[in-house]
Amino acid sequence: MNGLAVGCIYGLVALGFVLIYKATELVNFAQGDLLMLGAFTCYMFVVWYGVGYWPAFALAIALVGLFGAALDATVLRRVIGQPQFAVVMLTIGLGAIFRSFASIAWGSEIYTLPTPFSAKATRIAGVTVSHEYVSIIVGTVLLCALLYVFFTYTRAGVAMQAASQNQLAAYYMGIPVKLMFSLVWAISAGVAAIAGVLLAPVSLIDINLGFIGLKAFAAAVLGGFGSIPGALVGGIVIGLIELFSGVYLPQGFKDVAAYVVLLIVLAVRPQGIFGALARKKV
Amino acid sequence: MRFVFKTSYAQDLELFRDSVQRNWYAVLLVGLLIVPLLVPSYLVDISLVFIYGLCGLSLMVLAGYTGLVSLGHAAFLGIGAYAHVYFVHDLGLPWLVSVALASVVTAAAGVLVGLPALRMTGVYLSIATLAFALIIQEVLTRWERVTGGLKGKPVDKPVVFSVNLGGEVAFYFLCLAFLIGGLWLTGNLLRAPTGRAWVAIRDSEIAAQSMGVNLAVYKTIAFAYSAALMGVAGALFAHKIGFLAPETFSVLLSIQFLLMVVVGGLGSLHGAFYGAVFVALLPVAISQARDSVPAWIGAVAGLFGKDAGGATFLAVDQFVKKPGLEPGLFGLILVLFILFEPLGIHGRSRKLQLYFSTFPLYKRATFRRQKTYMRSERLR
Repeated sequence: MNGLAVGCIYGLVALGFVLIYKATELVNFAQGDLLMLGAFTCYMFVVWYGVGYWPAFALAIALVGLFGAALDATVLRRVIGQPQFAVVMLTIGLGAIFRSFASIAWGSEIYTLPTPFSAKATRIAGVTVSHEYVSIIVGTVLLCALLYVFFTYTRAGVAMQAASQNQLAAYYMGIPVKLMFSLVWAISAGVAAIAGVLLAPVSLIDINLGFIGLKAFAAAVLGGFGSIPGALVGGIVIGLIELFSGVYLPQGFKDVAAYVVLLIVLAVRPQGIFGALARKKV
Repeated sequence: MRFVFKTSYAQDLELFRDSVQRNWYAVLLVGLLIVPLLVPSYLVDISLVFIYGLCGLSLMVLAGYTGLVSLGHAAFLGIGAYAHVYFVHDLGLPWLVSVALASVVTAAAGVLVGLPALRMTGVYLSIATLAFALIIQEVLTRWERVTGGLKGKPVDKPVVFSVNLGGEVAFYFLCLAFLIGGLWLTGNLLRAPTGRAWVAIRDSEIAAQSMGVNLAVYKTIAFAYSAALMGVAGALFAHKIGFLAPETFSVLLSIQFLLMVVVGGLGSLHGAFYGAVFVALLPVAISQARDSVPAWIGAVAGLFGKDAGGATFLAVDQFVKKPGLEPGLFGLILVLFILFEPLGIHGRSRKLQLYFSTFPLYKRATFRRQKTYMRSERLR
């Protein structure tokens, strides 16, 4: 159950990567740091300002989502068309700035976020399940359903799909491509914030929370970069592998299991489980 | 403007463009030789510049010339450092042999990463090298028999041919010698078929392949050579820091190396060195600024009233003493360079040179980026 829940978090962060990658072909190395910002924002509202958990949750999503859109409009739009290397460096730099900002604004101590689910557990069929983990899994399922409905049935969602498939054609059809990109960034940042707030009660909040993004890379690659269901499945698989390697393998393997899987996948099947192999024709 | 008219092939193979350039390098060399007399108190920092210069050179070969961006170069530095210390201390090998062996071990590690990397392009490679670096860091922590684990491993002063080179001046010259050797080797390699093949791979893999460049072989050579340079740098780095601990060789260090090549200017050996100067001396500059900036700002605010001066001084002082500021500053510089000067310091200096040599006919369009649309790398 724990592995499944942690896997869901990896899946959500990977989902953020995939959304941005599909739409704009940028790989956002700062996704994990957006997650950290989400968790900190929620913590700030709950503990410093005494706002209830649910309003704080909503505020965190809205703020980080807006921030993502602003980031796209001001910084990331400028590097479209530059080599991918530049984008990688840019998002790494942004991640460093976010971490630095967090440590200045909220301090570098370790915090715990009080939630309605904290320290409660239910027994289901003889297995004790704590509510925090249930909240993660339920949250992930709800979010996925919501995103699925959004991308399939709403005008904006379909427009976004069109923009990600062929920018120029979408633009000719009258779709505001720039706005769509900003919206994708907002959604992706919002998903990261949700993942952050869901993760907060399980792991503690500190400025290095964002390094979970590195493990989410493994999830995204395993699922095939660019496949949304792949990201979620990849996340859950990585979470379970981590759990089992912690139980059955010697100490130390748990921390690197995700990366070992990542290297093996990249060496053996670079397109991932769900990805399609594409080769450039000359 | 000076033009070099080449009249023979031998001229094309020379290391320097013309006698003017050669003389300037000679002046630079003499300058570096007398530095210990001029600024004896900064020698330690300048040795670090040379070591970082080697690291920058290594990453420049891979990222700047072959187009393979590695996010895990700190791991190679770590492997080199630990291997060297293991050979020198635990096995008691001579110093030079140990450095050579360390670079061989690191090159082997480079090939190990390079082999799966042959099938990956672009960002996948960065992710793979990042994963490799994280695994290596865990290995350095766990393999206690060789690495000392979390307790770390002390490093003695370098002793070459039973001469102790641990003094500041001696170590400065040791690092300088290795840097010049590395530059010379790399400069020659880049003008040779190997280097041309690397550049061809960087510019277009498909075109290079059709011209008969064996991608697998040359990418592997690039990884091995880059890692070997990093191994040598690691050996020097071990002596520089004097104490090895796994957390030294973290992802942040890899990112600093990338910062080095980006800030210096991708695709030029000058850039590697500019970047090294920048990255190695920035912390020094920051710590100096930490002491002086609050006083300045306080003095400026003091013009608006006595209390404002004192209060601003305290506030700014508190702000600059916060621990997380430095990596954020690195990130900010990185972002600004990528947005406003993608060619780095080297690009900026070339622009300045051209501006003065063609004055008043300089056109901004000379350096304008051609591609402004988005080219899909998904290869549909």
